[in-house]
Amino acid sequence: MEKLFPKMQIINENGEWNDETYRGEITEELTKELYTKMLRSRLFDRKGVNLQRQGRIGTYVPFEGQEASQIGSAMAMGEGDWMFPTYRDHAATMTFGHSLKTLFLYWKGRQEGCIPPKGKNIFPPAVPIASQLLHATGAAWAEKLKGTDRASIVYFGDGATSEGDFHEGLNFASVFNAPVVFFNQNNGFAISVPIEKQMKSKTIAQKAVAYEMEGVRLDGNDVFAVYFHTRTAVERARKGEGPTLIEAVTWRYGAHTTADDPSKYRNQEESVNRRETTDPILRLERFMKNENMWDEKWAADLQESLTLEIEAAVKEMEEAQAPHYKDVFDHVFAENPWPIESQKEAYAHSRGDR
Amino acid sequence: MTTLVDTKKLTMVQAVTDGMRVMMKEHENVIVLGEDVGQNGGVFRATDGLVAEFGENRVIDTPLAESGIIGTSIGLAMNGFKPIAEMQFLGFIYPAFNQIMTHASRIRARTLGHFTVPMVIRAPFGAGVRAPEIHSDSVEALFTGMPGMKVVVPSNPYDAKGMLVSAIEDPDPVLFLEPMRCYRSTKMDVPEGKYNVPLGKAARLQEGSDVTIFAYGAMIEVVMKAAKSAEEKGIKCDVIDLRSLYPLDKEMIAESVQKTGRAVIVHEAPGTGGLGETIMSLINDTSFLYMKAPIERVTGFDTPVPMFALEDHYLPSADRVVQAINKVTQF
Repeated sequence: MEKLFPKMQIINENGEWNDETYRGEITEELTKELYTKMLRSRLFDRKGVNLQRQGRIGTYVPFEGQEASQIGSAMAMGEGDWMFPTYRDHAATMTFGHSLKTLFLYWKGRQEGCIPPKGKNIFPPAVPIASQLLHATGAAWAEKLKGTDRASIVYFGDGATSEGDFHEGLNFASVFNAPVVFFNQNNGFAISVPIEKQMKSKTIAQKAVAYEMEGVRLDGNDVFAVYFHTRTAVERARKGEGPTLIEAVTWRYGAHTTADDPSKYRNQEESVNRRETTDPILRLERFMKNENMWDEKWAADLQESLTLEIEAAVKEMEEAQAPHYKDVFDHVFAENPWPIESQKEAYAHSRGDR
Repeated sequence: MTTLVDTKKLTMVQAVTDGMRVMMKEHENVIVLGEDVGQNGGVFRATDGLVAEFGENRVIDTPLAESGIIGTSIGLAMNGFKPIAEMQFLGFIYPAFNQIMTHASRIRARTLGHFTVPMVIRAPFGAGVRAPEIHSDSVEALFTGMPGMKVVVPSNPYDAKGMLVSAIEDPDPVLFLEPMRCYRSTKMDVPEGKYNVPLGKAARLQEGSDVTIFAYGAMIEVVMKAAKSAEEKGIKCDVIDLRSLYPLDKEMIAESVQKTGRAVIVHEAPGTGGLGETIMSLINDTSFLYMKAPIERVTGFDTPVPMFALEDHYLPSADRVVQAINKVTQF
């Protein structure tokens, strides 16, 4: 199966060409854009972990190590398309249009963190594993019924492939030829359970065969491989050629969330080694150096301006007006039915509000 | 001169079909999806003829997967469509529970109204038709206890069509429960074209001053029989068809028990956690000092619905309801 679904790569770990198909399109401009977005998300992620440690936000879900998978894929989506993330995909959603402030608000426990900017079809992060594959299929199916060429992308991890909704999502998309890209980030662990205990299959991409759909396996730390192969899948979807299952093989350096300790279930030496070898950002830096695109001053200025942007977002998050308790009550239905209205009144009364 | 609305004699299941047809004609975004709803017209023929009239893009035979039906309906609903998803039986809804509980019912709340899921889930339910195992469950309370869902149950053809129209027009997810026992039990004059029976409103089926009987769905026939035999003994029952289980019609419930001072609540779902408890607490909150007797409940038992050889023991009977009426009037 690994032979049938080889791990596609455009540049290798040393930042050298492995596949020159897209050489003409890999300009300095595109490369710098991808580098900028990856660095931005990594700095955001580290800030998120720090804010949690300082008690300034709640539990945070880090994605460090998975930047290429999320950014390469999000970059392949266009205006009007739909994105269905999990709680680990804020690198993808910030690339597709979420503001950093909104993302921080989410981790501060604010409902506002679930609301995308106007015109951006970004669903709130799915918490029940694999449930969002069906929403992505439904939303894409709706676009097909409306006769547009818009598509959906949905994110999920290796553990999600064990859920029934994974299979139902792929099957419905296949049967109804819905324009969906099922984007799997295989980081090898579902919290603590390694992939060998999750499935006997050698790849996740091969699961596409059962649904008569395209399956693609790629190096999820090679941002070019992710971007170009996802773009191909999106183009196929737009042309009515059906859904694609993409397996992006990657790694999360840190914990599942700030509430667990990965050293309990795996040797963290591997994460240390991977930072030196397969890291997606370091790889792109090596590539840029090889291609004479690297400029120390540009990189230093970038780091500084991104840091300022993130600090500004933290400030906005912390200065956001405190939520009003009416938001607990007023959005369950279009109009409050009497039980909610009377509970709201009783609560207001208990606070001495009237 | 009065304007006469044309009517047709319809069974409840035909009225349900007519409700869908009327709304599908009026709104292009209304679609029907589920298992066997297309060519076969549904296992109860509730979607009979719809695929011929509206085509396969709007009346969709889905793969056999309840979570898939509800999950994709959520995606369709928040992207401009109004799905009417059929669960073949309420007892088959469990694989979809996660989708309803964690998404359909709370997307509006999670996003402060940015995303909404205006969909209708139709499900035949209840015992008494000698159906195989699992087909007879009455688990409405799982959904009345689910914030964000409306749950409604018609008991006759007129209400079925009018309430289904209202459910389809509702901006939020509605679980529309169809008592199988009532599907073909009676025919009734049903107006042609569109009309609404509002959600959230109960109906008084019989006016009385001695005791209020609350019921819904297939239990209406049972309590009407009981009310008739009570009347022979001079006990006048106020019979309320709840119709809407969430939200309940607080005004009518309170108004009725404040008049009668006595209540009997009847449902075939298990007693513990059932609607009867919610109604009792509502009476407690609104009408405690009006009550002349403790409230009686006649319900299904805290047991799985038995296989059909035993279901008559499980289901509330007119006789048990009469005994409850006697108990509250003789207190």
